Amino acid sequence: MACTTLCRGRCRAADTASVGAVSRTRTERLVNLVICLLSTRRFLTAAQIAATVPGYDHDPDDPRDHEAFQRKFERDKAELRELGVPLETGTASVFDTEPGYRIARREYALPDIPLEPDEAAAVGIAARLWRHAGLAAAASSGLAKLRAAGVDVDPHATLGVEPVVTVDPAFAPLTGAARERRTVSFDYRVPERDAPGTRRLQPWGVVCWRGRWYVVGHDLDRDAVRCFRLSRIVGAVRVTGRPGSFPPPPAGVDLISHVARWSGPVERTGRATVLVRSGRAAGLRRWADECTAGPDGDRLILRYADPESLAASLVGYGADVRVLAPPELREAVIQRLKEIAAGHEAPAAGALR
Amino acid sequence: MTATRGAGKAAAARPAGSRASADRLARLLNLVPYLLARPGIEIAQAAADLGVTERQLREDLELLWVCGLPGYGPGDLIDMAFDGDRVTITYDAGIDRPLRLTPDEALALVVALRMLAETPGMANRDAIERALAKIENAAGDLVGSAVAVRLPGDAERLDLLRGAVQRRRALRITYYTAARDETTERTVDPLRVLMVAGRAYLEAWCRRAEAVRLFRADRIDALTELDEPAMAPPEAQLHDVTAGVFRPTPELPLVTLRVGRGGRWITEYYPCEEVRPGPGDEWTVAMRVTDLTWARRFVLGLGPDVTVISPPELVEAVRAEAAAALDAYAVPQPATPEPTG
Repeated sequence: MACTTLCRGRCRAADTASVGAVSRTRTERLVNLVICLLSTRRFLTAAQIAATVPGYDHDPDDPRDHEAFQRKFERDKAELRELGVPLETGTASVFDTEPGYRIARREYALPDIPLEPDEAAAVGIAARLWRHAGLAAAASSGLAKLRAAGVDVDPHATLGVEPVVTVDPAFAPLTGAARERRTVSFDYRVPERDAPGTRRLQPWGVVCWRGRWYVVGHDLDRDAVRCFRLSRIVGAVRVTGRPGSFPPPPAGVDLISHVARWSGPVERTGRATVLVRSGRAAGLRRWADECTAGPDGDRLILRYADPESLAASLVGYGADVRVLAPPELREAVIQRLKEIAAGHEAPAAGALR
Repeated sequence: MTATRGAGKAAAARPAGSRASADRLARLLNLVPYLLARPGIEIAQAAADLGVTERQLREDLELLWVCGLPGYGPGDLIDMAFDGDRVTITYDAGIDRPLRLTPDEALALVVALRMLAETPGMANRDAIERALAKIENAAGDLVGSAVAVRLPGDAERLDLLRGAVQRRRALRITYYTAARDETTERTVDPLRVLMVAGRAYLEAWCRRAEAVRLFRADRIDALTELDEPAMAPPEAQLHDVTAGVFRPTPELPLVTLRVGRGGRWITEYYPCEEVRPGPGDEWTVAMRVTDLTWARRFVLGLGPDVTVISPPELVEAVRAEAAAALDAYAVPQPATPEPTG
């Protein structure tokens, strides 16, 4: 840093030879613009800014020079807005015709977030969870702001359980649309159907339930509340409505309940007896109510809700498991076995028998 | 957007350059309040903390040093005092606070904190919830009710597993391996507890397999914490679970199935190499499996909706097993003491 120690005149031209000189000048101009607009209460017009902030100097009477300035100023404003700088537009008095600019400090500054060390550690861990590139970058730039506000984050803290957080590509557009209350449409593929169908939705919010993401909202075609799994959305989500294009969701709506409604505990009222070869079908033994050893194998008592789904899982164990009761379960298993055997009866294999 | 030098490359180079300059501007606006909150911080420490090189940080300081309030005289410019390798901001020109969070930043932090708060068995849940409340408050309306998270799980089980990891104790576990349909006893040296896609896993060095293994928490049927310390060998490497827990490798056997409408759900639950519509209503699905015995149980369990196309030995194994099971039903049923009550 030769410049700072030797040149108290702050020679801005000192490093024009460096590779980043162009972007450096631009960054410097933008920092000065932010400081200038933060310091003013009065709205400053583009001309006033050009006359004040270094880097905008030009000849306003030369049309080409002036146009170049305007382009530069537009680009700079866009960059500040993209960064989240709340650029206000207005006029200093009723006599002004040209718009002016300023930044309200109240809107600009991060409010004070007094985090205790253990809370700061939790935020630091949270910021590292994202495996999605865009959200990971957003989390770390958010964390950088908290640090800048004086929060110290222990980079080595752990909480013992690490959730691995992933999201589907539709996550960002849908959360954005829900926040701004904009109608969306998307193509939705359900495995049981042959082609994706187009759905139109007023999204209320996005929900993570048991590790999967869903969007809940008012389905415009069904005229009812529906939820959709984000992983089944094909292609891009199209944002069709303007911000605020639908009323806020009903007060007190519990998004999770719409997704979790079908996932409640099932009542297992059925009771089956199966014969299991000794030492086999470990998976079945794990949830058996009783297990009694006998000469021809072990008898397990299983409780079940739906005979068809129990039949399916019993068939998985093949000849290691035989249903003794009830008869309808036994029949369901035999029926499945017959169809499977028929489906796999290759001519060559048949000839070998 | 204006034209830049070198028309051909400009279009491609511009976004990256613009990104880098936006990143730098964001960093500079943070830097003044950051240093203001830490008077006399060592430059090397600040650089490490901010994730930039010391050289980059010095360049940033140099740039800030020529910025300031209109007038741009000595009393208007950002000023700082250097004391050896330490720096203190002595004048901030009005950028004494960082910018507020953008909607994306607020969303990323709040959702991740909600995930942490919802994860069963988490230590220090109280701190997570306090932090979440404060960040939500600072974020204002940016996130609100747009995202909700619920991760049900067996908190008690996870508490035990997490405790073992934190106390660095070896564990004796009874574990059900679905791939082989067997329950085994193992001694493991715990490394960490993970939640992936809504399921909890213990990642540990398995002394029996002499390798790092992921154990699904709901398949650990019994658990004893041993007195001996966990001693995972230095070669124990954690898995990268970003792409899911089961990541098929090309050495594994490839199985091709014909799947009817009712069985199509498997393509959402298992990683597939290929899913092709047809023939007819059916889909042709190729997937890699850890072993063919598991594949046989899998296919039998799926029932008549699924038919194996290849490999031929799996076709035969499924047919033979179904036939053997049917043969057993053909002989008279053993006398059953019908359970009562």
